[in-house]
Amino acid sequence: MRLSRTFAFCLLLLAAFAARAQLTIEISGAGANRIPVAIASFEGESALPQSVTAVVRADLERSGLFKLVDAPGAMGEAAPVNFGDWKGRGADALLVGTIAAGQGGRSEVRIRLHDTQKQASLGGVNYSFLPQQARYIGHRIADFVYEKLLGEPGVFSTRVAYVVKSGNRYELQIADADGMNAATALASAEPIISPAWSPDGARIAYVSFEKKKPIVYVHTLATGQRQVVANFKGSNSAPAWAPDGRRLAVVLTKDGGSQLYMVNADGSGINRLAQSSGIDTEPYFSPDGKFIYFTSDRGGSPQIYRIASTGGEAQRVTFDGSYNVTPRLSPDGKTLAYVSRNGARFQLTLMDLATKQTQILTDSNKDESPSFAPNGRMILYASENGGRGVLAAVSSDGRVKQRLSAVAGDVREPAWGPFLKN
Amino acid sequence: MMRRTLLLSLAAAAALTLAGCKSSQTGEQPYANVEDKGPGGAAKPIEQPPVATVTPQKPDDSGLAALKDPRSPLSKRSVYFDFDSFVIKDEYKPLVDAHAKFLVGNAKMKILIQGNADERGSREYNLALGQKRADAVKRSLLVLGVKEDQIESVSLGEEKPKNPGHDEAAWADNRRGDILYSGEY
Repeated sequence: MRLSRTFAFCLLLLAAFAARAQLTIEISGAGANRIPVAIASFEGESALPQSVTAVVRADLERSGLFKLVDAPGAMGEAAPVNFGDWKGRGADALLVGTIAAGQGGRSEVRIRLHDTQKQASLGGVNYSFLPQQARYIGHRIADFVYEKLLGEPGVFSTRVAYVVKSGNRYELQIADADGMNAATALASAEPIISPAWSPDGARIAYVSFEKKKPIVYVHTLATGQRQVVANFKGSNSAPAWAPDGRRLAVVLTKDGGSQLYMVNADGSGINRLAQSSGIDTEPYFSPDGKFIYFTSDRGGSPQIYRIASTGGEAQRVTFDGSYNVTPRLSPDGKTLAYVSRNGARFQLTLMDLATKQTQILTDSNKDESPSFAPNGRMILYASENGGRGVLAAVSSDGRVKQRLSAVAGDVREPAWGPFLKN
Repeated sequence: MMRRTLLLSLAAAAALTLAGCKSSQTGEQPYANVEDKGPGGAAKPIEQPPVATVTPQKPDDSGLAALKDPRSPLSKRSVYFDFDSFVIKDEYKPLVDAHAKFLVGNAKMKILIQGNADERGSREYNLALGQKRADAVKRSLLVLGVKEDQIESVSLGEEKPKNPGHDEAAWADNRRGDILYSGEY
């Protein structure tokens, strides 16, 4: 009796944590041409505690780039396909699959994607997984479908980091890209800001105020081990990973003013990158590692500049308006996302770096901290809704919009994680 | 035994959920320490990535009676700034003078100056603005003879608003530098 009570309590705790931590996603808008796709339930999938195809369908639908076509009944991976029938239902593509019990409690899934127009297979893939991994496998399969149909990698199996503030408690959380499986990496009574993923996704750098001043840490997610990277006299902030994952750009005030420095990920080898009489902050590396974009008020108002990552003269990048901050490069290095002030509104803005054309992407008032998805298709950012901090995402063409909010608390400081290396 | 198994599976389930998965046939790798022991073997007990917890330390603030006496100018610790300004206004000069005198006369005393900013705009840029306010207070103290090693100026940016409101009055309350003596932070 007592035993089962303890067990029930544990379950309750887990359930309560999950309900509180989980982000819910609302979508508005859709891509210009949504691809109609049918996802048939996989043969044998009803034996699993979690439907894999439900995850695939939700992922594809949430992206705003696909239109789900109804697919009644389960279809195995090798089942004969009546292409004419599926074309008649309006599906350009059909996903089928088979799940069978494997060894050691694992399941084996085999999937195949069909092009109903060309009446041909677009390929298949097999996965072996434990029952608890069904959601993750669903995301991998959604990534497979996405890539086959759109020609670019999907990001359904990536993760996001963000900070939740509930009362006086701050938590750095990591969740799947669909907001599920949120887990706390760091809990503190003092603020946490500026999380930044290492390029391999194994570590997160951030600024913690736990010692009553900002200090930069690198946190290894698998072990929970934390390394102080910059704790000099004054403030230490704004960590940005170099693409090689060995060095970070940081902002220190140890020599007077907020200035840019480079430091090794273990805190050694500090050296100054640039020198100005004003504020230099928010460094961000170009994907090729050659440039660092940053915010500076050296010209009288905060604007975005760039400097070679080896140092040298800074070049101004933004010229319109009196407040342009938080530069973030797209993964292909061609687009700059940043926050511009327009009247009293702070809005997510994109600049095509080749043409210098700019576009305001949102109609909100308090956008902060933009972060590109690793395929460059969506930009995650912090915003506000009804006085509460929420996360929002918008496609780089401005068409698809999503809002992610927690059941309780303010959510802020999002950072979209990298692709997981195969 | 039953209980251990249950708890173990719960822990393993949670860890696996967090840790992603191993999918052997495709050569894909898990992104954390998920191990499968193969046919017949139970999944290895997996340690959930630990949640680091930070608990605040209680400072020892004994012996600071003079600094806390409400009749003493030393009990006043906050310097407020105008919007987009880093100049110490005349009304705060007596406050800065009093602290300078105290620090010059008590060379072993150290202070932390925490600069703050209002909530509008980028968190990191606001951290830099708060730093400019803390540095302005620090410079005034240095000019008045306080030694560099007695002062650390840092910024809390917009992260610790004294006034949680979202209007002009709240923002004015939050554009501020606070002086804390050792033992108070």
